[in-house]
Amino acid sequence: MNQNLQTILDFIQQSKHLSEDEKATLTKAAKDADKALTISEFKLVRTEKVKRTTAILLEETIEELEHKRKAIEDSNNALQKSLKELKATQSQLIQSEKMASLGELTAGIAHEIQNPLNFVNNFSEVSKELLEEMQEELEEGNLEDVKEIANDVIQNLEKILHHGQRADGIVKGMLMHSRSNSGEKESVDINNLVDEYLRLAYHGLRSKDKSFNAKLETNYDDSIKTVNVVPQDIGRVVLNLITNAFYAVNEKNLLQETQGDKYEPTVSVATNTMKNNIEISVKDNGNGIPQKALDKIFQPFFTTKPTGQGTGLGLSLSYDIVKAHNGELKVETKEGQGTKFIIKIPII
Amino acid sequence: MKILVVDDEQDVKTLFLQRFRKEIRKGELEFMFAFSGEEALEVLKSIDQEAVLILSDINMPGMSGLQLLEIIKKDFVAPPPVVMMVTAYGDEENYNTAKELGADDFLTKPVDFKLLKNKLTQNI
Repeated sequence: MNQNLQTILDFIQQSKHLSEDEKATLTKAAKDADKALTISEFKLVRTEKVKRTTAILLEETIEELEHKRKAIEDSNNALQKSLKELKATQSQLIQSEKMASLGELTAGIAHEIQNPLNFVNNFSEVSKELLEEMQEELEEGNLEDVKEIANDVIQNLEKILHHGQRADGIVKGMLMHSRSNSGEKESVDINNLVDEYLRLAYHGLRSKDKSFNAKLETNYDDSIKTVNVVPQDIGRVVLNLITNAFYAVNEKNLLQETQGDKYEPTVSVATNTMKNNIEISVKDNGNGIPQKALDKIFQPFFTTKPTGQGTGLGLSLSYDIVKAHNGELKVETKEGQGTKFIIKIPII
Repeated sequence: MKILVVDDEQDVKTLFLQRFRKEIRKGELEFMFAFSGEEALEVLKSIDQEAVLILSDINMPGMSGLQLLEIIKKDFVAPPPVVMMVTAYGDEENYNTAKELGADDFLTKPVDFKLLKNKLTQNI
């Protein structure tokens, strides 16, 4: 029993002023107090124990959290690293996609350069003949003929310059197309750009597949002056869409031929001004895109072409390029009737 | 003799007119030009099947030179025109197809005008 309570109890027992009843009541109260005190002491000890256990647990938890934090940090670093690698791979992919499409273009470019070169050579040669003729006419004093020949030679020199510049433009375009760093925006004649890439795509495909042919329809909006774009990037988008359109009409043509149906493969390219935007549309009368493929066409690596024929990056990169120009790339398609892609770019 | 030149390049016209200026002036040759296969057929219809020599490019948008050749050989028979095809250098495939379709002669790009002049004067 508690020392103080024992003293109180002893005092009660020896007191002469208290009745036996009073003594019994007080003694009971003292014993009850002692019981309560014992319980409290026990509880206190137990609480202490719990506290100690909790402290240990807390310490362990903190340690575990620290482990976990480190683990997260590690995986975060690993993720950062693979993200960096992914980005590097992506830019490599973009570059190889560029080079692949350049490869497809080579034949078209050769054809496109050969033609102006032929003109340069031919007009030079014929001009030399004309000047020799002019000398003869001068000797004979036929001034009217001399004037006429001089005009022809002037006209020919203009043509030589024109075709020389045409070849120059094609070579520049090719170099820009293969450049790996992203180009700068510049003021570009959109109609010219679209037409140039249309011709490249057409001759490129023709050189690979002699049996291929399609009707080309162009409808350029002459009111479009120049638009600020990265020319080789927008060129790539146009090239991509036109190549796809050719592929679509060719597929349908092969199918129709086996069925003996009459079909005229047609690809139409048009430009338009819409409020503050210009639109470039590429339309084909191929088989259209099935609904289940439509949701995926802009996803990287999605392709319906046989293995080895498409990278599945064309439309996805096109989409990114148009987005980077604050524009939109939209598609309208009807199964069995054809597809139309529309590039919308704001005029800045 | 009438010669119909079919090529999608417009400057071919200027070039031919200058290359053959003497022959044209003397009235030995008469040139007509069409800038597509479709246009060539229209010209042929309009001149009522006069004796003609056709000089056609193969690589053209729309109706190709080969398709044009096929139609000419099938539909224009009295009198049959002479068809000379211009093929790209080293293009065996088109050469063989054109031969099968009945092309009468061939020229390789870039066109050698001296050779062409010889061929044309032989045909007169």
